[in-house]
Amino acid sequence: MVRGLSRRNIFWLKALIHLLSLGWALLTYYRAGTDQLGGDPVEGILHFTGIGAFNLLLLCLIISPLVRWSRISQFMQVRRLLGLYAFFYALLHLASYILFELQLEWQLLLSEIVKRPYITVGFSAWIILLALTLTSNKAAQRRLGRNWQKLHNWVYLAAGLIALHYIWSVKSDITQPLVYIGVLLLLLSFRKDKLLKLWR
Amino acid sequence: MLIKRPTSWTLKDNQVTDEKIYQQRRHLLKQMGFIGAGALLASHQASGISLFGDDEPRFKTHVLDYAEAQQQSQILTPETKVTSHNNFYEFGTDKSDPKANAQAFQVDPWQLRVDGLVETPFTLSFDELFKLAPLQERIYRLRCVEAWSMVIPWIGFSLNALLNKARPLSSGKYVAFETLYDPKQMPGQNNPFRGGGIDYPYVEGLRIDEAAHPLSFLAVGLYGKSLPAQNGAPIRLVVPWKYGFKSIKSIVRISVVDKQPPTTWNLLAAQEYGFYANVNPKVDHPRWSQARERRITTGGLFSSNRIDTQLFNGYDEVASLYSGMDLRQHY
Ligand code: HEM
Repeated sequence: MVRGLSRRNIFWLKALIHLLSLGWALLTYYRAGTDQLGGDPVEGILHFTGIGAFNLLLLCLIISPLVRWSRISQFMQVRRLLGLYAFFYALLHLASYILFELQLEWQLLLSEIVKRPYITVGFSAWIILLALTLTSNKAAQRRLGRNWQKLHNWVYLAAGLIALHYIWSVKSDITQPLVYIGVLLLLLSFRKDKLLKLWR
Repeated sequence: MLIKRPTSWTLKDNQVTDEKIYQQRRHLLKQMGFIGAGALLASHQASGISLFGDDEPRFKTHVLDYAEAQQQSQILTPETKVTSHNNFYEFGTDKSDPKANAQAFQVDPWQLRVDGLVETPFTLSFDELFKLAPLQERIYRLRCVEAWSMVIPWIGFSLNALLNKARPLSSGKYVAFETLYDPKQMPGQNNPFRGGGIDYPYVEGLRIDEAAHPLSFLAVGLYGKSLPAQNGAPIRLVVPWKYGFKSIKSIVRISVVDKQPPTTWNLLAAQEYGFYANVNPKVDHPRWSQARERRITTGGLFSSNRIDTQLFNGYDEVASLYSGMDLRQHY
């Protein structure tokens, strides 16, 4: 039997990713806007978008090990979409922070990025995700040639920075960030040879 | 997208309505008397958004008799937010956990022991908590160390009234407080993963002159009724010029002592949380700014209020307690 996914399967898988990612965000912003997202909707939105972005990025990193195990190479076709949505959530996260937390005090944004290590780290990860997003299409891939892969290996650094940003942002209960770090380390361990090579 | 950015205390319709409903309800309660009022409240609660089905236990509060606070211009934080957005790690570390997990909390019988370096130690039962002194309403700002704040109508009495009854000895320099330790009732205490890594019981402390300051308050109620479990029933401290974590909940012991007592958050991270923990916009938390705060009132994402934080949370009358002290060093 030839294992694999038809075009149709891929179409529906992508449709599902669009539906969940967009639908969940719309629903959550609607609830925040109508004061149904807990006592402090601003905090609620920051948590939702931050965790959402991290979840999507981890899903993105699951794809290549998944392809290896399942030998279904077509899964590769949804990886870019997951990556783009990870950045989309990170964009919402930063935009919500600027609009609702800082209420457009740009001066404060700059000083927080410089002064607060966990914001510095989050911002660095955000810049990496931005660069990966801007170079995620076929044209950029062709233009960058071998450098494209080099650039996109930065995703591992971004994931590590986000884990650090997360654990640094919580007050004392680090259980959940530790679980996330565990998952990330597991995903990275599948690529340990590649990562060791990058290190050297 | 239209972002509202209120720069001052512009009254918004929904917020005024909130206040109005509260006042009307109070008026009605007074007219109907105790029993009728209880029924009214029960039906009011049942009609609100509730996570609990009818068969789930629900923590019981009762209507209190007290001297009302004077009219004031600050917009109150709605009762639903005061009672659903809580830091009470004994019941879980998410803001919504205490409300979800504290409904079966037993507060009657209760024992509050007042002892240590005092002439007349004593113990208060649940009923006695409400009778130690005439109850009064105080509308205080509460500033959390996480940079959000509320305005809450508390009901209770001065901490000083309780201390006067115990009569501290001159050797008493500090007052130490302790929360109930009961892992069977408090899931955060029996599971290190749910309690935020805190070494329970939660303990707090004040210098004795801070404790004796007329603003220091023991609350037994809010919004006209006895305290909900998630807000620290049956009795909690409210020190409005200090960060919220100083205002210890569900107190079982108040001791006058001669040395600065250990305090929970200071034990957990001394470089982030000091003994004094006075609200101070100039002294940042190492990980975030304390210069401003988000005032939690009515309204969703688009009506969020960011305001300047005031030294001592705006309660300037306490400044003399700290004259000559370096507030940066004694954060
Ligand atoms: C300039 C960039 C960023 C800023 C200013 C920023 C800001 C914040 C803030 C203020 C919080 C704390 C919310 C709170 O506890 O009240 C937070 C939490 C978080 N952020 Fe970011 N962030 C940035 C980038 C990112 C990126 C790129 C990601 C992931 C892709 C991310 C993921 C998270 C996560 C997972 C949390 C924890 C949420 C939780 O506690 O539930 N952040 N961020």
